[in-house]
Amino acid sequence: MGSARTNRGGSDPSTWALRHLQVALASLGRLCSAPLATLMTTAVIGIALALPTGLHVTLNHVQQLAGGWEGAATFSLFLKQEIGEKQAETLAAKLRRNPRLAKVQVIPPDLALAEFRRLSGFEGALDALDENPLPTVLVIEPEPEYSTPEAAETLMAGFNRQAEVDFTQLDLQWVRRFHAITEIARRGVLVIAALLALAVLLIVGNTIRLEIQNHRSEIEITKLIGGTDAFIRRPFLYNGLWYGLSGGILAWLLVSLALWLLNGPVEHLAGLYHSDFDLSAIGLPTLGALLTASALLGLLGSWIAVSRHLSDIEPD
Amino acid sequence: MIHFEQVTKRYPGGHEGLSNASFHIAPGELVFLTGHSGAGKSTLLRLIGLLERCTRGQVRVNGRNLGRIGRRDIPYHRREVGMIFQDHRLLHDRTVFDNVAMPLVVAGMRHQEIGRRVRAALDKVGLLNKEKARPITLSGGEQQRVGIARAVVSKPPVVLADEPTGNLDPALSQEIMDLFMQFNRVGVTLLIATHDLDLISRMGQRILTLNRGRLVRDSAAG
Ligand SMILES: Nc1ncnc2c1ncn2[C@@H]1O[C@H](COP(=O)(O)OP(=O)(O)O)[C@@H](O)[C@H]1O
Ligand SMILES: [Mg+2]
Repeated sequence: MGSARTNRGGSDPSTWALRHLQVALASLGRLCSAPLATLMTTAVIGIALALPTGLHVTLNHVQQLAGGWEGAATFSLFLKQEIGEKQAETLAAKLRRNPRLAKVQVIPPDLALAEFRRLSGFEGALDALDENPLPTVLVIEPEPEYSTPEAAETLMAGFNRQAEVDFTQLDLQWVRRFHAITEIARRGVLVIAALLALAVLLIVGNTIRLEIQNHRSEIEITKLIGGTDAFIRRPFLYNGLWYGLSGGILAWLLVSLALWLLNGPVEHLAGLYHSDFDLSAIGLPTLGALLTASALLGLLGSWIAVSRHLSDIEPD
Repeated sequence: MIHFEQVTKRYPGGHEGLSNASFHIAPGELVFLTGHSGAGKSTLLRLIGLLERCTRGQVRVNGRNLGRIGRRDIPYHRREVGMIFQDHRLLHDRTVFDNVAMPLVVAGMRHQEIGRRVRAALDKVGLLNKEKARPITLSGGEQQRVGIARAVVSKPPVVLADEPTGNLDPALSQEIMDLFMQFNRVGVTLLIATHDLDLISRMGQRILTLNRGRLVRDSAAG
C-alpha cells in the first residue's frame, strides 16, 4: 500500500538545488528569448517601483539635511542697538545663572557680520556699508526639559521683558513643523508604495495568467504524465521572480539616473547655503531592500496567478 | 492488477458513462476494450488514470484503492499508469526526444539516465533517428509511436491506450498492435480501447465489450 509515494521526491538536496537552478535558468532563458514582451512587463514594474523608491531616497536626503537641526530649541535674543558689549556680557552672566538655561552665548556684531559675510555671499554689498548694522545677539539653548512649546513660550516672554532685548526669535516651531511635514510625507510615500506594490502584483499576476493560458496544453500533458503541482508551478514562479527582480533593477537604474541628473543643481543650491549636502546614489541598504521587495512582489504576484489558474487546467 | 467492483460513473447531468461494471485484469495481461462510440470505453480508462473519479463502487490498481488517493498523490499514481491517446497529445514546440523525456523529467531523474532511457524507448518504437525532429514533421503513425514511447519510457506497470489506431490505416494499425504485443511480452499490463473488431479478433486476446456503459461481454469468461 502507498507505494505511489515510494518514488516521491526521491532526491538528495544537491539534486534538488540543481533542478531548481535548471528551472530558474530555463525560465530566464525563456524570458530573454522574448525580449520585447519581457521588456514591456519589466518597464511597467520598473517605473511603478521607481516612483516610491525615488520619493523615499529624496525624503531620506531631506531628513539627513535636517538632522543638524534636531534637538533643543534655540533662542536668538537680538539686543537693542545701543547695548554695548559689556552690558551684553552682564545680561549673559545673569541669564547663565538661570537653571532652566543650558547655554548662553554672546555673539558680538563683528562676529555676526563675519559669519553673515561667510554664509550669505553678499560680500560686496556688505563692504559698501560703512558701519555694522547688526546688533549683539545672545544665542540661548534651554535645558532639554524646557524645550517643549509651552515652556519655550514662557521663557520667551521672560526674555522679552528684559530691557536690553529688542526681540526674541525662537527656532523651535519651524523645526517641529518641518518634522511634522516630513512625517506626513513619509506616510504618503508609504501609501504610494503600497498602492504601487499592489499594481506590481496585478501586473505580474496578469502576465503570468496569460503565460499559463498560453501553456495550457503543456500543463495538461504534464499533469497526464504525473507532473506534480509543484513541478508545474515552478517555472511560472521563477518567471514572476525574474520579472520582479528585473523591474527592481530597472527602478534602481531610473532613480540613479534621476539623482545623477539632479545632483548638479542640488550641489549648486547646497553651495549657496554653505552645506556640503549632495544627492549621492542610492545606498546599499536601500538597494537591497528595493531588490528584495521587487523579487518578493514578483514571486507573490505569480504565486497568486498560479494558485488561482493552475487548478482550473485538468487533462481530459 | 486492475480491479473494478460494481463501478458506476455518473457525469454531471445524470448521464451514466459506466454502469455497475465489475472485472479483474491480472498482472501481465493484454486486454482489449471495445464497444460502439459512446459505450464508455474512454470513461473506463479515465477512471484508471484518475482523470475521473467513480461515483459508486471501487477501482483498484496495483493493489491501491483509487478512492483513497488524494489530489496531491494523483501525480504519483499517474507515473505508474502510462497513457496513450488517439490524438497523441504531443507538444509540438519540443523535439521528439524532449516529448519522450517528459515523464522522466517530472519524476526528477538524472540527466544521463534520461538520455539512456529515452533512446532505449525510441529504439523500441523504431524512431531513434527522429529524436531531434519536431512531432509535426512526422507522419500520423510515427507521432503515435512517439506517444507510445512516452507512455512506456518510465516503465510503468500499467499502460492504457484509448483508440491508438483510430486514425491509422490497417497496416500501420497492425504495426502499433505488434508493438503492444512486444511490451506485453516483457510483463507490462495493457488495456487497449478500440472499435477495430477486425484487428483485435485476429489477435486472440481477451476482449471486454461495453454497451451503453454496461459491461456486456468478457471473452475470458466465455
Ligand atoms: N465529461 C462528460 N460529461 C458528460 N457526459 C460525458 C462526458 N464524457 C463522456 N460522457 C458521456 O458518457 C458516455 C460514454 O462516453 P465515452 O466513455 O467517451 O465513450 P467511448 O469512449 O466508448 O466512445 C457517452 O454517452 C458520453 O456522451
Ligand atoms: Mg472514447
